[in-house]
Amino acid sequence: MANVKLKQLKKVYGKDVIAIKGADVSIKDKEFVVLVGPSGCGKSTLLRMIAGLEEISEGELFIDEEKVNDLSPKDRDIAMVFQNYALYPHMTVFDNMAFGLKLRKHKKEDIKRRVEEAAEILGLSEYLQRKPKEMSGGQRQRVAIGRALVRQPKVFLFDEPLSNLDAKLRVQMRIEIKRLHKQLEATMIYVTHDQIEAMTMGDKIVVLKDGYVQQVDSPMNLFNNPANKFVAGFIGSPAMNFLEGRIEKSNELEFVSGLVRFGIPEKLGLHEKLKPYIGKSLIFGFRPEYLYDKEKENSKELSVDMDIILDVTEPVGSESFNYFHFEGQEDKTFCFRSDSVYQYQGNEKIKVGLDINRLRFFDKKTEIRIA
Amino acid sequence: MKELKIQRILFYGLLLLMTIIYMGPFLFSLSISFNAEQDVFSWPIKLIPEKWTLANYQRVWQDLPFGQWLFNSVAITLIQTLTNVFFASLAGFAFARLEFPGKNIIFSVLLASLMIPGIILLVPKFIILNEFHMINTYAGLTLPGLVTVVNIFLMKQFFETIPKDLEEAALIDGCSYFRIFWQIFLPVSKPALAAVAIYTFQGSWNEFMWPVIVTTTREMFTLPVGMAFLKNEFSVQWPLLMAGTILISLPTLAIFLIFQKYFVQGVASAGLKE
Repeated sequence: MANVKLKQLKKVYGKDVIAIKGADVSIKDKEFVVLVGPSGCGKSTLLRMIAGLEEISEGELFIDEEKVNDLSPKDRDIAMVFQNYALYPHMTVFDNMAFGLKLRKHKKEDIKRRVEEAAEILGLSEYLQRKPKEMSGGQRQRVAIGRALVRQPKVFLFDEPLSNLDAKLRVQMRIEIKRLHKQLEATMIYVTHDQIEAMTMGDKIVVLKDGYVQQVDSPMNLFNNPANKFVAGFIGSPAMNFLEGRIEKSNELEFVSGLVRFGIPEKLGLHEKLKPYIGKSLIFGFRPEYLYDKEKENSKELSVDMDIILDVTEPVGSESFNYFHFEGQEDKTFCFRSDSVYQYQGNEKIKVGLDINRLRFFDKKTEIRIA
Repeated sequence: MKELKIQRILFYGLLLLMTIIYMGPFLFSLSISFNAEQDVFSWPIKLIPEKWTLANYQRVWQDLPFGQWLFNSVAITLIQTLTNVFFASLAGFAFARLEFPGKNIIFSVLLASLMIPGIILLVPKFIILNEFHMINTYAGLTLPGLVTVVNIFLMKQFFETIPKDLEEAALIDGCSYFRIFWQIFLPVSKPALAAVAIYTFQGSWNEFMWPVIVTTTREMFTLPVGMAFLKNEFSVQWPLLMAGTILISLPTLAIFLIFQKYFVQGVASAGLKE
């Protein structure tokens, strides 16, 4: 197994379409790294550059300290699992898995042993003589993973492998891939647009947008300490709420946006960072999880009362997502999450408070997090 | 309900009419080929012969160099079918999947050549082959039809429907481009290959104009040319001609019946993307 290093990797199509604008990522041996971002952010391009399916326009790519920029895909010792499985339709499951080994001139017994081992791990033993079209989507994806597995490559690459599966199967396969990672202790790079998949699977997540790497961090760090407004909004579901306002100074610093006004206690240590913004516009971010109904929650350190008017409530079983607006700001909708034992109604007016330890502020222009 | 019934009757009536129009001449030829009399057009025309005989078929084999013509036709058709399948798929793969300088220009030139009626090309083709001393040789008969643009186009279109991921998976597995073509693309393109093979077989087997021009001696004739020579200036030996024609049409008929499934699939998939 191996570590992978991306140094200022760039991808330019034609003359001026820049897909990747200088990616610096260091992936350690045995790490599970997820590349995540919205459609068109360049995550698949980056993975394909690592695979050797896209030429690297600039920068350097190392696998195990060896520069592989100019190596063809077969010489990089990587294996890839594709979104639509890409199984050879005319070959049996066994042949699909054995194909790469045959091309690499492995001995017959060795091929048989490896394929059978992989089939055992993936629960495919009884399907080895079937053709892909005789199998379900989940089974086909397992074969695709098996094909990668038998090669025992330095790095496993996954390009949105679960997008074609239904929701239930997706969760199941997610767990299986995670289990496989533990079992194999392999370096894996996984591309997805689904932030929940990213959060649940990755040891480390690389968030991309418009070809730029926005942040590389552990899932919880991304959630709690996003580097900018994009990461804050992208990671977490429902997404973080953003409210534009300004910082004012009276006795202490206050955030003000229309009728919304709350103090920012000095003990939080945010004053130094926020002082340059006094009298200026900035963006306040708060997660739906950190807004509480004042009547029902008193164990947390909450801000002053804020009046909100509920628009729609979405119960999802164990919890409810409640969409609301602040008084005097009818045009902006926000979300707060509540336990589903509390049954709210539309147009209900309630008093809420923010968890004072979870306040996040972003620069309005650069969108970089201030505090 | 009544309207539907009338529509149905009209529909089947039309189908029957079309079938008669298409099948009629064939059945008439079949009938003449078994007719013992030479004057097959005596009035009134008898669709069912009064005297049946197999003599016409025997005479085709005995009086004419039918065996030699059959050999010529089979050899040329087989060679052209095989080379068309191979070269058309190879070129189609290159146009569909490889990047090389001038790809689009070359392909446009190929397509443009389809605009030129084949008949105009007969003279230049003849002159070129004459320069190479290939007139009245097997090379002269086969070379111009080794690969056709229509088949290249058909294969290119088909290969473009094969997902790119399949090619990339094979690249990662360690395939060269030729191996991708040979071991991945060809096996999954059976319907298109069958369509190319059947079209070529049919075209080559029935080809008349080119063999007529390029052959000068009886023993180099192909079957259609040989049959045509039964029609001389003064008389036509209709029963003999029809017996030969029926014999010639048998292989195409057999191939169509056997590969009908692929044929229809190929035609359908050549025009549609998945």
